[in-house]
Amino acid sequence: MDEIKLHHRINLLNADYARCIDDDRMEEWPGFFVEDCLYKITTADNHARGREAGLVYADSRAMLQDRVSALREANIYERQRYRHMTGVPTVLDVQGEAPSFEVRVEVPFLVTRIMRDGSMDVFATGRYLDRVVEQGGRLMFKERLAVCDSNRFDTLVALPL
Amino acid sequence: MNDRVETQDVARLGTRWPQTLTRVPYWVYQDEAVYRAEQQRVFEGPVWNFLCLEQEIAAVGDFRSTFLGGMPVVVARDSDGEIYAFENRCVHRGALIVLEDEGNAKDFQCVYHAWTYDRQGSLKGIAFKDGVNGKGGMPQGFCMEKHGPRKLRVECVHGLVFGSLSDEVPPLEEYIGEEVLAKMERVLRRPVEVIGRFTQALPNNWKMYTENVRDTYHASLLHLFFTKFGITRLDQGGGVVVSESGGNHATASIVEKVIPRQEAYAGQGFRSQETEFRLRDPSILDTHEEFGDNIGLQILSVFPGFVLQQIRNCVAVRQVLPRSVTATDLNWTYLGFAGDTPEMRKVRLKQANMIGPAGYVSMEDGAVGGFVQRGIATAGELDSLIELGGENAGSENFRATECSVRGFWKAYRAAMGF
Repeated sequence: MDEIKLHHRINLLNADYARCIDDDRMEEWPGFFVEDCLYKITTADNHARGREAGLVYADSRAMLQDRVSALREANIYERQRYRHMTGVPTVLDVQGEAPSFEVRVEVPFLVTRIMRDGSMDVFATGRYLDRVVEQGGRLMFKERLAVCDSNRFDTLVALPL
Repeated sequence: MNDRVETQDVARLGTRWPQTLTRVPYWVYQDEAVYRAEQQRVFEGPVWNFLCLEQEIAAVGDFRSTFLGGMPVVVARDSDGEIYAFENRCVHRGALIVLEDEGNAKDFQCVYHAWTYDRQGSLKGIAFKDGVNGKGGMPQGFCMEKHGPRKLRVECVHGLVFGSLSDEVPPLEEYIGEEVLAKMERVLRRPVEVIGRFTQALPNNWKMYTENVRDTYHASLLHLFFTKFGITRLDQGGGVVVSESGGNHATASIVEKVIPRQEAYAGQGFRSQETEFRLRDPSILDTHEEFGDNIGLQILSVFPGFVLQQIRNCVAVRQVLPRSVTATDLNWTYLGFAGDTPEMRKVRLKQANMIGPAGYVSMEDGAVGGFVQRGIATAGELDSLIELGGENAGSENFRATECSVRGFWKAYRAAMGF
């Protein structure tokens, strides 16, 4: 596949992903993942030391849908929004040929959190370590690890990163 | 600040404490003088503070940085195989001696003026002690043995390392109490492995979290996730064990194979019963019976700031550290056991979705302390009400009680002299 085109498509994927969460279209968020996926929020320290547990650990799209249901119907947290800024992706590796390829990508992110009282802070920075595949002509995450730079999380991580 | 005046302030506040364990004045979560007194009277007082896991400093020379309340502490394993802990403060000018979270070292050298300490925290070397070219240096009579950071008493139980600055505190196992100790043992019978470490920064006074941990009342009301899936409800079998001091507790609920009709909750209009919530991937609730007693949830605390938690197969220790009057660090260490099969490990990883800063359950505990801290903003002269189950601060064979919260205040007041 054309390298520039691939980069462009990955950029669009990340832009769509960020808008989906930041626009509070959370019900669409699991749709960025293939059914048999892995989504994990962890930290650089845990990742480097091979500690497997995450703040969020979902190994199916259904688990991501459960996260959304819990957010909407079960969990108590104050009204809040994120603003994701994602940086330029680095393609680390491409296995196979389109449309049955798997691309390993690293993307830096910065997320600010805006609380209902207007307070606004840098909530998380880090990098996404992704395995991206194509399904039905669309790029999707087979794996997305949100590896946060800091080990410390203010109050709670309610919305996904 | 004049120390004597401050002591008087705290003593005066103490006289205003209501005579009963069922009332707690809100100033205790707000007052700077109380906060400073807590460091001396509670954390540095006659208590055992959780420091780290034995497994984290398994080899000779391994060390970890941790805290005793607000005091920075180094825990290290020396060549005799024993664990030592000392204040992380150079005796010269007060700088931190150790700047890393963990590592392995033969000795420790302060970066400021290169004073050196052994793994037990004893001062062993002073740079230019004898001066340079026969000039300067430390006075001849300076005795290194007489100077050093404060050393902690250290005791271990079931792989947990505790430290104390008190000579009066009873031995650790006696301090925890026989009943609570037995509950600790049922979880920590095998060697542990750390599978994750996270810090949740809580926007509230540390005591709101230590109360929350002991509060069996809220779990099934605030945490819808618990109630809906029968992980814990107050109509399940179980009970609360409280140590004689009041400060240590363990609460357990029994797993029931068939979720009974929720009669105790029906018709009371609780939010936790009104919302329809079903999991598309219920594998998060797949549970392996590994403790042999059908106890599906156990929360255990040791005064002041230690928590051991078992929710199904999800095991973690939590360390509660005060950061300021209105800020607390909750350090989570997620555990597996040595010899876990890959399947078992996966079960733990999935169930860990319930705990920590993003936990289906624990995220709410992170937020609710802040709701209280903000709610009481101008209520310092008023009291909170802790009357469920009467005035008892001892064990109960049911959980619709706040006995373990009252137990906390019993131990706290004893330590503070309130």
